[in-house]
Amino acid sequence: MSALLPPSERIWGNAPLDKVEGTWIAIALVWCLFMFFMMPYWHVFGKQNYSGEAYRTTPAAYSAKVEAMVEAHTVRKETDQQIPVVRPPAGSDVYLAGRLWSWYPALELEKGQTYRLHISSLDWQHGFSLQPLNVNVQVVPGYEMVLTITPDKSGEYTIICNEYCGVLHHAMMGKIYVVDR
Amino acid sequence: MSELFRTCPRSGLVFHKPAETLIKLNAVTAVVFLAVGGILGLLVVMTRWPAVHLLSSELFYQVLTGHGIIMLLVWIIFFEIAILYFCSSTLLRSRLATPRWAWLAYALMLGGAAITGVAILQGGSSVMMTSYVPMPAAPHFYLGLILFAVGALIGCFVFLGTLVVAKNERTYEGSIPLVTFGALTACIIAIFTIASGAIILIPTFLWSVGYISEIDPLMYRVIWWGMGHSSQQINVSAHVSVWYAIAAIVFGARPMSERVSRTAFLLYIAFLQLASAHHILVDPGVGTEWKIFNTSYAMYLAVLASMVHGLTVPGAIEVAQREKGYTNGMFEWLRKAPWGNPVFSGMFISLVGFGFLGGITGVVMGTEQINLIIHNTIYVPGHFHPTVVLGTTLAFMALTYFLVPVLFRRELFLPGWAKWQPYVFGFGTALMSLFMMGAGTLGVARRHWDMAFSGAPFSFEFGGAAYMMMGLTGIFGVVSVIGGAMFVIVVVGSLVLGKKIEDKSEYTTTRPAILPLGPAAPAHHGKGFVAPGTFVLALVFLATFVVYYFLNWMYLSSVWPMN
Repeated sequence: MSALLPPSERIWGNAPLDKVEGTWIAIALVWCLFMFFMMPYWHVFGKQNYSGEAYRTTPAAYSAKVEAMVEAHTVRKETDQQIPVVRPPAGSDVYLAGRLWSWYPALELEKGQTYRLHISSLDWQHGFSLQPLNVNVQVVPGYEMVLTITPDKSGEYTIICNEYCGVLHHAMMGKIYVVDR
Repeated sequence: MSELFRTCPRSGLVFHKPAETLIKLNAVTAVVFLAVGGILGLLVVMTRWPAVHLLSSELFYQVLTGHGIIMLLVWIIFFEIAILYFCSSTLLRSRLATPRWAWLAYALMLGGAAITGVAILQGGSSVMMTSYVPMPAAPHFYLGLILFAVGALIGCFVFLGTLVVAKNERTYEGSIPLVTFGALTACIIAIFTIASGAIILIPTFLWSVGYISEIDPLMYRVIWWGMGHSSQQINVSAHVSVWYAIAAIVFGARPMSERVSRTAFLLYIAFLQLASAHHILVDPGVGTEWKIFNTSYAMYLAVLASMVHGLTVPGAIEVAQREKGYTNGMFEWLRKAPWGNPVFSGMFISLVGFGFLGGITGVVMGTEQINLIIHNTIYVPGHFHPTVVLGTTLAFMALTYFLVPVLFRRELFLPGWAKWQPYVFGFGTALMSLFMMGAGTLGVARRHWDMAFSGAPFSFEFGGAAYMMMGLTGIFGVVSVIGGAMFVIVVVGSLVLGKKIEDKSEYTTTRPAILPLGPAAPAHHGKGFVAPGTFVLALVFLATFVVYYFLNWMYLSSVWPMN
């Protein structure tokens, strides 16, 4: 019962070390360090990173930016709710807002082009979850996150919300259409 | 009155009467909350099972809030307080310091849990366990949590006080036992955790009553997770201690090396609470270096500690079994283990489930970039159910099977059920979690009422595979709940209907004999590979880990480039 008793060596730091333990610690440590260096490695050589670009904002200021973009680049409206579909110029700054309970507006992007996608919330916290790609980021009011994205396949993508935001959380949905040039 | 002790004839454990009462009370309260949380869990599972879809959306979010808080905080922390008292007063043969304060701790925790429970029942506080601002809950939702935390903090100080009493009154020789050392680790992490909780929940309470105009939502997330994740680290330290205790109780196993095991616990203290970062890897504006250092628990040194415990606990069992003569081949020691004894089977399933399912997935999803394809999907509960349910809860259940006869002096009611319970519960939970992970990989969201998105302006359909995974999550979730119900029935049944054990242990005022040093390690110890079977199992674990790790990087590399 000796895990329930004081150690036989009064100074436990002097207790002997088994070979099996020593070997395992060495192997495990190498693996741990490998995993650690994998993250900075991917920042340099990998293509999927979020390096933390973000700005302080307010719902009102952010909403104004979104509206300016909607005003300038709406190409059509969809659904009964007349949700604007915005086609911003390739390479431009694109503003997406999460709010109770929609993603606003819908976007149309060109395949192979790079966009600076800004995301923020106008009220509570939301979860940007792009399906079926399954890319997920947290959307926090007061913070404007910037993701530089390059859609590399055309098709219809759906944004769902995966941060609980109240009783109609499950009905919050937006679209990103990626089209060939 | 406070100096009454009895010695359990079956286990040799020495109980100080007030400590014994408080251990029983905290543990029974914990099990009652486990039962309530389990019923809520059943309702959650039956709603997320697409073919059943039981509750309305409003009720679902309310029930899910209750399930999270009751299971992650109330059940586990009540049981942990019982463990702290057991590991200090009972294991050290000491009187419990200040039983009155321990009663106050109990009252505050119970009162706090009740107040928060009422807030959730009233319906205005369906904010999930995380209660992210600026989504508001009723003020008493936060107040209850604060009172509960204060109670738990007092419990921690009673534990520390008891260590001081034991030391001053020389109730033991040498250093404290390894299991008590692990409990001390849990206690230190708990104090850090509760401090983080206070730093964020007190201002949030003041915000909810209107004294503070705004809480920064990002700051809330950073500090809240200093409580939210760290409280799971209390669980890790506590259940690893329970593993060591059970290895000692069932096999008489000696820790392979006190130095290694204790150092691993110290690594927990130093690094586990960095895990707050795991939750903000894809939050706006958090710096890359900070994320990498923190999410890896400082170069994965805390992961290393868990990998060490994962070897040394079964290794200690292997050594003990080999000393008893089970030396054939690599695995006779394991085959001949008492698989029909729920104390052992529960502990071993907890260890394997925690390592293979909880541990590996935790590291993978906590990798900075891989989190992009996992954050807030149902993969996340698919990770933490194996850690908290399979790891912590099942370990606590296993310990309970040992404690019922010892503490309550009753035989187990329905021992056949007890024998099967760890398998039903372990199997159900493990498969439920695996299918949650599968569904999460396909993009299904956590905390989400309807994967068909009824009422949304656009349409989107998950594929048949995602629906199948959620259906199987439902089925095995129900199996898991059945396993949990079996536990509650066995335990409550034992307390009420279990056959009384005629034991002659009377309370006396005689001070128990001083706790002696453990036996010295035999001479063969430390020469060669004493636990080859465990080493092979560890290599299997590592191989699984490596393969799964790279699979996820491959998956990540297939999504849109982004920076």
